[in-house]
Amino acid sequence: MAMLWRDAMKKNILIMILIGFVTGFANGLFGSGGGTIVVPAMIFFLGMEEHKAHATAISVILPLTILSAVLYTANKYTDWNITWKVTLGGAAGGFVGAKLLNICPAKWLRIIFAFFMIFASIRLIFF
Amino acid sequence: MILILIGFISGIVSGMGIGGGAILIPALVLAVNPPQHTAQSVNLIFFIPTAIVALLVHAKNKRIDIKAAVPIIIFGLIGAYAGGILAAKLQGAQLRKLFGIFLMAMGIYELLSKKTKKFDS
Repeated sequence: MAMLWRDAMKKNILIMILIGFVTGFANGLFGSGGGTIVVPAMIFFLGMEEHKAHATAISVILPLTILSAVLYTANKYTDWNITWKVTLGGAAGGFVGAKLLNICPAKWLRIIFAFFMIFASIRLIFF
Repeated sequence: MILILIGFISGIVSGMGIGGGAILIPALVLAVNPPQHTAQSVNLIFFIPTAIVALLVHAKNKRIDIKAAVPIIIFGLIGAYAGGILAAKLQGAQLRKLFGIFLMAMGIYELLSKKTKKFDS
């Protein structure tokens, strides 16, 4: 019994190492996408409850994002004129988004945005 | 103005669980055409203040699984460092294409997944 538990722990640790590395790698390489990976990964592979996974994901992504942001800044990729304007709009959007969710079904918005992502990806890859 | 608008839409989206970056980065690149690395850096910095606020709320409600978070963070930092170093070695055009492939995978996943709960970037 104790051995079974130990094996399960070992397996979980390996899974956590893998989830961490892949999430971090995407965050560093693409500056995004960590949440898209880590939330389903923790739900499917660690059996975490969904609301816990969403909360835990932020605690994971925040330190990774800070490290990546420091690396990008050190490499002089930052453009503060763009950044502050986008962030300002983002704060307002986050506020409106929370209200909007009660009116407009998220399902349709998600589908529209998914199509935008696929359209944009084709532009980025081929043009 | 277009920058504030892009931020605004991304802010709405990140509250819905798509992850703001999936909209913010391609919208910036297609509308304003900054270097790919710069678009990605905007998203990274954009995420930090919102995440701090969200994290404080979640921590107060004790929703964070710290036992799982700690090892994932440790190896995540190693991964982020490796990813960041690789990004710096790539040229903008190469990184843009790679990002496009990643974005397409995320878009297809969004279309196929049935989840409706919200989560943040």
